[in-house]
Amino acid sequence: MSDVTLDLARMMVARRARWTTIEIIFWVAAAASYFLFPTKLVLLTQILIGGLFAMSLDLLLGYGGIPSFGHAAFFGLGAYAAGLLAAHGWGEPVSGVFAGGAAAGSLGFAFSAVIARVRGAAVLMVTLCIGLLLFEAASRMPWLTGGDTGLQGIEMWPLLGLFEFDLFGRTGFWYAYATAFLLYLAARRYVHSPEGLALKGMRENHDRVPMLGVSTVRRKMIAFTISATIAGMAGALLAQTTQIVALETLSFERSVAALVMLIVGGIGTLIGGFLGAATFIWLRDVLSALHPVYWMFWLGLALIALVLMARGGLVGALSRLTARLARVRTMR
Amino acid sequence: MTAAALETRMLCKQFGALQVTNGVSLRLKAGGRQALIGPNGAGKSTLINLLTGVLAPSSGSILLEGAPIDRLTTDQRVTRGLGRTFQVNALFPYLTPLESIMLAVARRNGRLGKPLLALHRQSDTTDEAFALARSVGLERDCLRPTAELPYGRQRLLEIALALAGQPRVLLLDEPAAGVPAGESFELMQAIEALPRDVAILFIEHDMDLVFRFAETITVLVAGTVLCEGTPGEIARDPEVRRVYLGNDGD
Amino acid sequence: MLGLVNILIGGIAYGFVLFLMAGGLSITLGLMGFANMAHAALAMVGGYTAALLIGKAGWPFLAALAMAGVTAALVGAVLERTLFRRLYQASELEQVLLTIGVVYVAIAAATYLVGPEQMAITVPAWLDGNLRLGPIDLNRYRLFLIGSGVALLLSLVHLIEHTTFGAKIRAAVFNRRMTASCGIDVDKLYALAFALGSALAGLGGALSIKLLGLDPNFPIKFLTELLIVVSVGGLGSLRGTFLAAMLFGIIDVVGKYLLPEIGAFIIYATALALLTVRPQGLVGRLR
Repeated sequence: MSDVTLDLARMMVARRARWTTIEIIFWVAAAASYFLFPTKLVLLTQILIGGLFAMSLDLLLGYGGIPSFGHAAFFGLGAYAAGLLAAHGWGEPVSGVFAGGAAAGSLGFAFSAVIARVRGAAVLMVTLCIGLLLFEAASRMPWLTGGDTGLQGIEMWPLLGLFEFDLFGRTGFWYAYATAFLLYLAARRYVHSPEGLALKGMRENHDRVPMLGVSTVRRKMIAFTISATIAGMAGALLAQTTQIVALETLSFERSVAALVMLIVGGIGTLIGGFLGAATFIWLRDVLSALHPVYWMFWLGLALIALVLMARGGLVGALSRLTARLARVRTMR
Repeated sequence: MTAAALETRMLCKQFGALQVTNGVSLRLKAGGRQALIGPNGAGKSTLINLLTGVLAPSSGSILLEGAPIDRLTTDQRVTRGLGRTFQVNALFPYLTPLESIMLAVARRNGRLGKPLLALHRQSDTTDEAFALARSVGLERDCLRPTAELPYGRQRLLEIALALAGQPRVLLLDEPAAGVPAGESFELMQAIEALPRDVAILFIEHDMDLVFRFAETITVLVAGTVLCEGTPGEIARDPEVRRVYLGNDGD
Repeated sequence: MLGLVNILIGGIAYGFVLFLMAGGLSITLGLMGFANMAHAALAMVGGYTAALLIGKAGWPFLAALAMAGVTAALVGAVLERTLFRRLYQASELEQVLLTIGVVYVAIAAATYLVGPEQMAITVPAWLDGNLRLGPIDLNRYRLFLIGSGVALLLSLVHLIEHTTFGAKIRAAVFNRRMTASCGIDVDKLYALAFALGSALAGLGGALSIKLLGLDPNFPIKFLTELLIVVSVGGLGSLRGTFLAAMLFGIIDVVGKYLLPEIGAFIIYATALALLTVRPQGLVGRLR
């Protein structure tokens, strides 16, 4: 074995943070899809938003090993915050996204102290309760949230004062694309920071981390707050681009959907959430068009098969494939 | 008299009716090399867990360089200068040794809490972590996943991780346990090369190692200190020979 | 005042239904460490079995109830043998995902086979209406629920506390490996315990139709309630599950009566508060 020098070590550390082919392909393909599927812009926008939401969960679960069973609470809260703002006369989109993020982030921060101190199955249960609580609260306050019919009357001002939100969703698509991409960059920064390294350490061996002088409670509080903020921003995007907020944004099903997207796409990869969202939302669109029940059936089967057979999701499968190709190439 | 590097006063721990640690008072002097020996079940591991804050004592107190630390959490004790290695390797299997050390170094340099700070842009963290890996002879393996390393080399990483926190007091929990003979030489070297100003308390069953490194030996039996002294005194002590050395045979 | 007595009885009756459904989940989660999200789907199997046997095949009520338990046990055992046992060693997350997959398939299958409508159940005349006890009118069906709940609870306690089967289960909860090395077939024990939990869920599902109704979304609607009952009670503790089920049954019914505008909010807030203070549950031990 060759000697490892300081330069090599530095290079390897830098390589960890380098863009992978899969990441580049996704963001290029997502931009190209605008031109390839001009009639599907609403669906594509939902994929970007769903992917952003799944990515926010990935920060917690895939990097920190902290499961959340009620992450839709933050998504929905962000959606309602941005929606209410717009429905009550402030339709400026960018500040609306920040408002959604701030609302969800504050809630996330408030609960993070509790979540940081419980372990194992209790984490699942506490997050589940938070999700259910918010759902109940929203459904019991129809005067504020619109209840079962959803929050309506959202009027958006032109983006940056220039681009009207059109019926075809062109502005909506690029708006969601840009926001999701910027937040993706931020999340990338986060997982490649010392803070992100600590997160991975907790995933690998939670109880060892304090003995490095690193407070797991603080790490979890930071992670939870950041994740909730991004989830809230994703929710705000959905409210602004669809101009309606349904109770479903807060539902248990949406929390589960995000988990499924992550597993399908590949956990602990950031881009996996987006790939999973693309697969999930596209399949749901196709299969629900046949019959809504078919969709559930196939989703269920896919989940069972996924757990029993594939590990690492799409990203895992793709990187195994590229690894195999590389090996074939070197063998020649 | 200057404060001891680490001191316990009448430390007690009960699990239900079981008294595991019973009034242990220890003084580890600055830069000291002290071994803690005793038969299985003497309460050595419990003592380490009490010192590091994994367990809370039933009564008694712990002082690190004169300041009480028994109300602090584990990570706070580490920031105050306590370090430890684990009896069974407790590492991060899919991080590389370099990354593991970088985490400890980044913490000590106050780089945590800044989620947008790029790790690869601060070469000082990398450089320092690499230097530490090299200092224990781990530079060849420092870019592979930790899980792929042989057991003995993982032990070296344990030591590097503890050193990365620049501890004043280092607790070594059976540093040589489970290391095959072929890999033990490097480990001995690493232990011998530990900084002189760091006070070391080590638990060890390997009597060769104990008599080679220790300046003071404390014998713990049934949760209490049986006796304490230089290696020579301990070796001659009839009581120790009876309860410990004689029976164990090693 | 009399109204309050009836509401309280309603709460206790609901508590027993919750206990029957959650009891099995507590066993699987606590004993096998298996996060079975499909547990409410087994309750649904029992519910549909009873409703269809009574409605379509004209079975007598009690026979249909027994059959509901048997069918759920069989389905549960088949699922355990074919799918779940492969994941006993897997991470919680994988268990959750696989069993949620089962939930989705169950929902789709129920919609396809039975239809999406609410299922009603006709109970025999001796269970219908009210029983007059002096000045109080008591709902017969709720009394029946409480009565059968108590009977099942007592036999369950007897089974676990006073039989070798129960002793083996308790041993396996305490230390799986040790139990296995005593020559006990832990694998078979798990399958039996799983079938038992499924049977309870099936019974609970069948008994609950009159209170809660039954439609294909049942497995997901009640999953959350069951999870909360189990985790608040403390994983693996039947006593804790019983306490929590009673607590939530009563809080739910009384809360919905006294403060209808807040609804289930009280339950979830209570659960969150309890879990925050005691993450290990009311009767659980810290792991």
